[in-house]
Amino acid sequence: MPTLVSHPEEVKIVSSRFGKGATDIERYIELDGYQAARTAVEKGADWVIAEMKTSGLRGRGGAGFPTGMKWSFVPKQSEKPKYVLVNGDESEPGTCKDHLIFLHDPHTVIEGTIIAGLAIGAKMGFIYLRGEYRYLLEIMEKAIADAYAKGFLGKGIFGSQIDFDIISHTGAGAYEVGEESALMESLEGKRGIPRIKPPFPAVVGLYGGPTVINNAETIATVPHVLRMGGEAYAKIGSERNGGTRLFCLSGHVERPGVYELPMGYNLKKMIYEIGGGIRGGRQLKAVVPGGSSTPVLLPNEIDIGMDFDQVGKAGSMLGSGGVVVLDETVCMVEFALRTIKFYQHESCGWCIPCREGTDWLKKTLTRFHAGAGVAKDIDNIRYLAENMLGRTFCPLGDAAAMPTIAFVKKFRQEFEDHLNGKPCAYAKQKMQESVLV
Amino acid sequence: MTTEAPMKAPTIFSSELAARFDKLVALYPARRSALIPMLLYAQDEQGYVTDAAIEEIARRIGITPLDVRNVLSYYSLLRTKPVGKYHVQVCTNISCMLRGGQELFEHCKEHLGIGHKETTPDGVFSLEEVECIGACSWAPAVQVNYDFHDNLTADAMDAVLDQYRKQAGK
Repeated sequence: MPTLVSHPEEVKIVSSRFGKGATDIERYIELDGYQAARTAVEKGADWVIAEMKTSGLRGRGGAGFPTGMKWSFVPKQSEKPKYVLVNGDESEPGTCKDHLIFLHDPHTVIEGTIIAGLAIGAKMGFIYLRGEYRYLLEIMEKAIADAYAKGFLGKGIFGSQIDFDIISHTGAGAYEVGEESALMESLEGKRGIPRIKPPFPAVVGLYGGPTVINNAETIATVPHVLRMGGEAYAKIGSERNGGTRLFCLSGHVERPGVYELPMGYNLKKMIYEIGGGIRGGRQLKAVVPGGSSTPVLLPNEIDIGMDFDQVGKAGSMLGSGGVVVLDETVCMVEFALRTIKFYQHESCGWCIPCREGTDWLKKTLTRFHAGAGVAKDIDNIRYLAENMLGRTFCPLGDAAAMPTIAFVKKFRQEFEDHLNGKPCAYAKQKMQESVLV
Repeated sequence: MTTEAPMKAPTIFSSELAARFDKLVALYPARRSALIPMLLYAQDEQGYVTDAAIEEIARRIGITPLDVRNVLSYYSLLRTKPVGKYHVQVCTNISCMLRGGQELFEHCKEHLGIGHKETTPDGVFSLEEVECIGACSWAPAVQVNYDFHDNLTADAMDAVLDQYRKQAGK
């Protein structure tokens, strides 16, 4: 069972019911559950969208698109049925927040889905969980059945004239399916290959109908926004970045864990105060601020607020909230190799720059780290990655290229230290001290 | 006039799973949406996706077995060969790597005497190095079948494996 952590600086909104037995529907109701959905049913779609726009809530999957605006793009009239699709395919290395949401507060995901459905005029919602999260799928299934039994789902929800159904769905192992169009393909029973955009899902999505796709954390936040009011929620975060988010601290910090902090919270403070600093009093070497696809930051670049705009200004991305901390013992060439190995494994093979690019990067970095690198490899690695940028249908190509470019740019000396058959300087140290104690 | 129940097609699955599949194909706006869950549930029951399972699932959905295979080959959890009773999946992706995931994988190799995607001769364990399983803040983490084990050390891993060995009666 994942350990829950706590810190006085936290502002617990999405995580407010963690560890409180809220998987039980009665307990969830006791903790103000389903109030927001009930109010939304009474006040209607326009009110919901207006509150969401005011809240400044931006998509927690990584792109940071304003949720209220996304919902308002769905056409009011549609011949084909509209759908809500919740993305719980959480697979970005460094990210484990949805894991906790499904585990501790499944009803808030259901409630958020109902509200999203109401806002866009959909009668059906899907909650897609990655295949590895089987025990969480079972929790979701039970929660959905309980919500049906209470009349919160099905025909005439909350005693209204509105019908709404939710289906929970399991994937079967694929990072690529976290991309929204590949997610729809997968839900339709196909290989998870991206679709060409436009048309965008808001116009032509699942089964050809207008579809809103939101990250599980975004959806789990929605009921809280309506309960607090959009304005109150917006005030918690920084400018144009409403509210809080779940940050998954991992790697070489003393106290790793998932912490809920206001948007714009200082990254340095997050690592040294919330996370308790670098394990064993070692020196910080680098931080991957938002999941493995986000460009690495150096120790002198982390005095920044963690919101979409400020991290963007620092040359990286807020991404999925996975803050991975690296201390001085890490070989950056090896780290770059492990990162690219993942993207090579997960590339769906549809777009050639991504399929071939990730493969050649993996081959080159493997050889390079093994001590058979030549000087021109370093520029070649960067050149290969730069030529993948923007040349693929989905962002996986960029996700592989961006961190690679940053590793070479910011740690060039370490790459050069591997040249001329020199053994990796970090390997010896690793042999001497087992990390597995 | 009496209406006769439609002839039930023979199934290779347990009656519970067959009933679940009957429901699944009718649940979605399109039958095909049930495909990936069906493949995974079939694998859970039979250990892997057998040729017979592919045939039956294709028939239930109304697509060709080739089409089923085309989808199956895309997803990393789906397999067409048997694995051990307990499939040990060690994450070595970045967050786990930083906290000893790679060493843990080496440790499992040694403990079990098998390599990546291999099975012990008694069929109890199989081992696989996997990508991120979403337990980054509790690294290093391992999944055995669908069960998560996190914050592992070499000793804790041995205890986990011993526990499963006991369960298998070996």
